[in-house]
Amino acid sequence: MSRFSRLNQLWLLTLSLFRELIREPGVLFWGIVFPILMSAGLGMAFTKKADILRKVAVIREASLAVRDSSAVYNFLENNCEKNSINGKKDYNWKLEIKNEKLGTSVFLFYELTWDDAMTLLKRGTINLILTGNDGHAQYHFDPLNSDAELTYLKLRNAIGSGDVIPEGNTAEIRPLTIKGTRYIDFLVPGLITMGVMMSAMWGISYGIIEKRSKKLLRRLVATPMKKSHFLIALITVRVVMNIVEALVLLLFALIAFHITIQGSISAMILLFIAGNIAFAGIAVFVSCHTSNTEVGNGLINAIVMPMMVLSGIFFSYHNFPDWSIPVINKLPLTILTDGIRSIFNEGAGYQQVALPVMILSATGVIFFLAGLKIFKWH
Amino acid sequence: MITENVIEVREVWKSFKSVQAVRGISLNIPKGQFVAVLGPNGAGKTTLVEMIEGIQKPDKGDITIMGKHWKGNEDELHKIIGLSLQETRFIDKLRVTETLQLFASFFDMGKRRVEEIIDLVDLAEKKRSYVVNLSGGQRQKLALGIALINTPAILLLDEPTTGLDPNARREVWEILKKLKNGSATSMILTTHYMEEAEKLCDYIIIMDNGVILREGTLNQLLEGHSNLDDLFVSLTGRQINE
Repeated sequence: MSRFSRLNQLWLLTLSLFRELIREPGVLFWGIVFPILMSAGLGMAFTKKADILRKVAVIREASLAVRDSSAVYNFLENNCEKNSINGKKDYNWKLEIKNEKLGTSVFLFYELTWDDAMTLLKRGTINLILTGNDGHAQYHFDPLNSDAELTYLKLRNAIGSGDVIPEGNTAEIRPLTIKGTRYIDFLVPGLITMGVMMSAMWGISYGIIEKRSKKLLRRLVATPMKKSHFLIALITVRVVMNIVEALVLLLFALIAFHITIQGSISAMILLFIAGNIAFAGIAVFVSCHTSNTEVGNGLINAIVMPMMVLSGIFFSYHNFPDWSIPVINKLPLTILTDGIRSIFNEGAGYQQVALPVMILSATGVIFFLAGLKIFKWH
Repeated sequence: MITENVIEVREVWKSFKSVQAVRGISLNIPKGQFVAVLGPNGAGKTTLVEMIEGIQKPDKGDITIMGKHWKGNEDELHKIIGLSLQETRFIDKLRVTETLQLFASFFDMGKRRVEEIIDLVDLAEKKRSYVVNLSGGQRQKLALGIALINTPAILLLDEPTTGLDPNARREVWEILKKLKNGSATSMILTTHYMEEAEKLCDYIIIMDNGVILREGTLNQLLEGHSNLDDLFVSLTGRQINE
């Protein structure tokens, strides 16, 4: 067979697999639309702080004389908005502490007996109980509950000895607005790298296993088709798709969240390709033997789920125990994500990503060759 | 007259774990002959054909195609064999023409051959349809078209009409009859339909439990028996579809 015929064979294989991919609407949704929706949702959620509702129980004082001398009651009557409806489950007073930078905290006060307050505390409806003691406010809460502690700190600021901090006193607060420090700056590189892993593992691994289970692989190798052409075509289609997915997500993030790439774009492309090589190799290795799609599902999940959780896609992996960090650091998704993130947010270039590029490429080649050695076509 | 054998199978054995699928089978297929391998499910028909296809390796015995062994001659033998496997599914979202073009490219065949095949298997009306939207009969015609795309010297069909309704089955038979009359292709067809073996094949091999029970032309086999069902019952004590 001539060289031209071989190339034509490879081209038609690639074209066929590409057609298979783009003619499946689910692929376009999960590959392109879903990551955008995820970045939009998470980006919005962590860009604008929502009003935080905090519910507090106030122990009822039967005696009018005690009420009049109580700092708590004075504060509630003088600084809070009294609820006129007074239904059975309604709050009695409401206080809004507005803050442009920290968001608005809304406190709802329920006048209850001690027993009722304890019941609601146990149910988690409230996390703090307010009582008066010799005219002074007392705060009852679980010190191990950080949310309750925050309610206490905010409320103590507001009630304190009776003084109320005026609204808008935020001179001491300096929110960070430096590019690369927002959550969305952290998230987008992670979504791009997670897309590479998911697309390779599900697209290549599952694609091979499914074709083997449908006996299509067996049918293809009963022709003079070059076996390597099939794998090259499958990987090429996925890499092209990954590039499109990453570009669309990047464009969306640039327009919607004004994220920036502070480092070398060409180094990022190189690292992106190395990441594709790594996961394509792993994908071929994972799918080299089984023809059972359920076993394939399990194998792929066993690879992608730990990395998705551990590799710092949605939150920093430094939250994990110290002993686990050296292991997490060596995962291919961690190496790829850290590298891409450093180019996005820290201005990294070739020098910083050279080692990750080599490690990822070598990982891909080793797994690919090992997979090919034991690859089952039938 | 010396007949040229295109396939020679000598004392072939094959087992899968504890199951002995094929037990010492020998057969010769001359050029241009259509041979039916008839037997119930589990008789060893598919294993035998897969060994001839080169997909399975025999544990013992010897198989040659056109005088050549599979080892070291894969590329050459793939070029002259057409096959249709049991229950193969092609790429769902490829059109009929695109699927044929893909397989044609493996044999260095062009669009003209694709058009010829579409006419031969009578899929002209469906040539722009996705494979996933074809009926069972149309899919089988496509599989047959793919098997024929390289104008094979040897055609191996593993239960090509299983699961098809009588009309679709007859359409597939018509295509094979046309092929028989118009080419020198040799064919092995596995089936458990007596009628299929009778109508299409010059020579019939009856298999059960991995061995050949009886073989010959239809007339030879029917000596002393009213039909193939009757013969099969006399050989095994049961119906072929039991």
